[in-house]
Amino acid sequence: MMKQIRLAGRGGQGQILAGIVLAEAAVAFDGLHATQSQSYGPESRGGASRAEVVISDSPVDYPKVTEADCLLCMSQEAYDTYRKEVTDDGLVLVDSTFVEPDVEDEGVIQEPITSVAENELGRAIVANMVALGILVQLTEVVSVEAARQAIVHRVPSGTEELNVRAFEKGLSMGEKTQ
Amino acid sequence: MSENRLRLMQGNEAVAEGALAAGCRFFAGYPITPSSEIAEHLANRLPEVGGRFIQMEDEIASMAAVVGSSLTGVKSMTATSGPGFSLKQENLGFACLTETPVVIVNVQRMGPSTGMPTSPSQGDVMQSRWGTHGDHPIVVLSPASVDEAYRAAARSFYISEKLRVPVVLLLDEVIGHMREGVQVLTPDEFSRAERKKPTVSPEDYQPYSDDGSGIPPLANFGEGYRYHVTGLFHDETGFPNLDPEVADELMRRLMDKLDRYRDVYQWTEHTGTEDARVLVFAHGSPSRAARSAVRQAREEGMRVGQFRTVSLWPFPEDELRRLSDTVEVVVVPEMNLGQIRLEIERIMGGKASVVGIHRTDGELFKPSEIYEKIREVY
Repeated sequence: MMKQIRLAGRGGQGQILAGIVLAEAAVAFDGLHATQSQSYGPESRGGASRAEVVISDSPVDYPKVTEADCLLCMSQEAYDTYRKEVTDDGLVLVDSTFVEPDVEDEGVIQEPITSVAENELGRAIVANMVALGILVQLTEVVSVEAARQAIVHRVPSGTEELNVRAFEKGLSMGEKTQ
Repeated sequence: MSENRLRLMQGNEAVAEGALAAGCRFFAGYPITPSSEIAEHLANRLPEVGGRFIQMEDEIASMAAVVGSSLTGVKSMTATSGPGFSLKQENLGFACLTETPVVIVNVQRMGPSTGMPTSPSQGDVMQSRWGTHGDHPIVVLSPASVDEAYRAAARSFYISEKLRVPVVLLLDEVIGHMREGVQVLTPDEFSRAERKKPTVSPEDYQPYSDDGSGIPPLANFGEGYRYHVTGLFHDETGFPNLDPEVADELMRRLMDKLDRYRDVYQWTEHTGTEDARVLVFAHGSPSRAARSAVRQAREEGMRVGQFRTVSLWPFPEDELRRLSDTVEVVVVPEMNLGQIRLEIERIMGGKASVVGIHRTDGELFKPSEIYEKIREVY
């Protein structure tokens, strides 16, 4: 088993934290191997940003994503840039708050991730955890329990409950699309 | 995290944690991409364990500060990249000649000059060996995973303390910035070396007197032993002495230490080299892509092996030369235009052909590139 996951959007949306949580869930709680890397511009907010996670049951040689089994796009630019680099049966999830997929692109799952975070959880900043919940529900790349523990370990102290709630909201959104 | 000792760490964080586990209690540095997380992490962690962190005014002063603190008996480290590594060279030479144990981390970026600060490179392979002027002893380790960076950081202190020699921990940006699982070790699971202290009284102490081991005992400043430390050639008293015989004896002893104690630092890995016709030689992050390529070639029945070294300098020359009778072609992937390739050509002495694959675009090798080259030369 090897899964390549790319989380892309704009700086400040939390793709890198979501990537770290995924990798930590795999390594520290699910007993798998994982690498996590990132690329971002010099800006702390607004520039293109992406996190890449490779999860496998054997040691990972090449730490970057060549063809994604799972792609999350939280900006139109991310969708336009990375949509093509996905395996034939790969999963593409877009945040419909910001992304309008091509009309002929039928294999895309669209969810209003940031709107849900803002309107139902009160904070747009937890959109990354909503997205993570949807991805974990749909791909089962890590276990729900491992992801939950990694979130608690990695998010800023005092925000654990909100982040876990956002993740659980994502799980139920994922369940509905199945 | 219960009984599980696997932790997800960034490479730079793993270097900092490995150093702490080995007993590092002083860091002086000047932050620079892509090494800054080492300083950032130690700024938080050192005070927690009773150590000191100082951000100095520049890299020259940082290097001087770690030499000074080490002479008081504290395990000391600095970290830098690219232009910062160039600035450290003069005082690194001072540490070489005065035989002061220090660890210098260089997370390589594309260069020369400011270069490409966030792009991986292996352009400092030769600089890590010969960056400071003059013949000098130095040990360089080049890890290929985050877990190995953790263990190599700890090992760097062992080597440095045991041999009284500066150790350069040479990472590339990929290893420095990626996150991966690290098997966290307890201090007693590392080989620990405390530097050899004098057994004579302060009056009788001669700081550079060879007891036959080639490694003079080192007294800590502040414990009553007074001695002179100079960047000039010196005799066993520590005072300058430019007599030709004294100079020659000192230089030969410094270089001889590394020949005598190869087992202290040599760290290599063989995969399928026993029957290999084609050998891939790599270190650092390219060796990961190479491992994939070699595995694929093996699965297709090709007699291909990989020789990977963590201890880059002194180069594992004899170990590689032994393969020259059976290997026909050596493939050398490097993120530079051929620094180690020349070394391998020299060692193979014409008995095997040496083919480089070189990247200088700031991108990582893909396994397929190395695999294609293996097929081409097989």
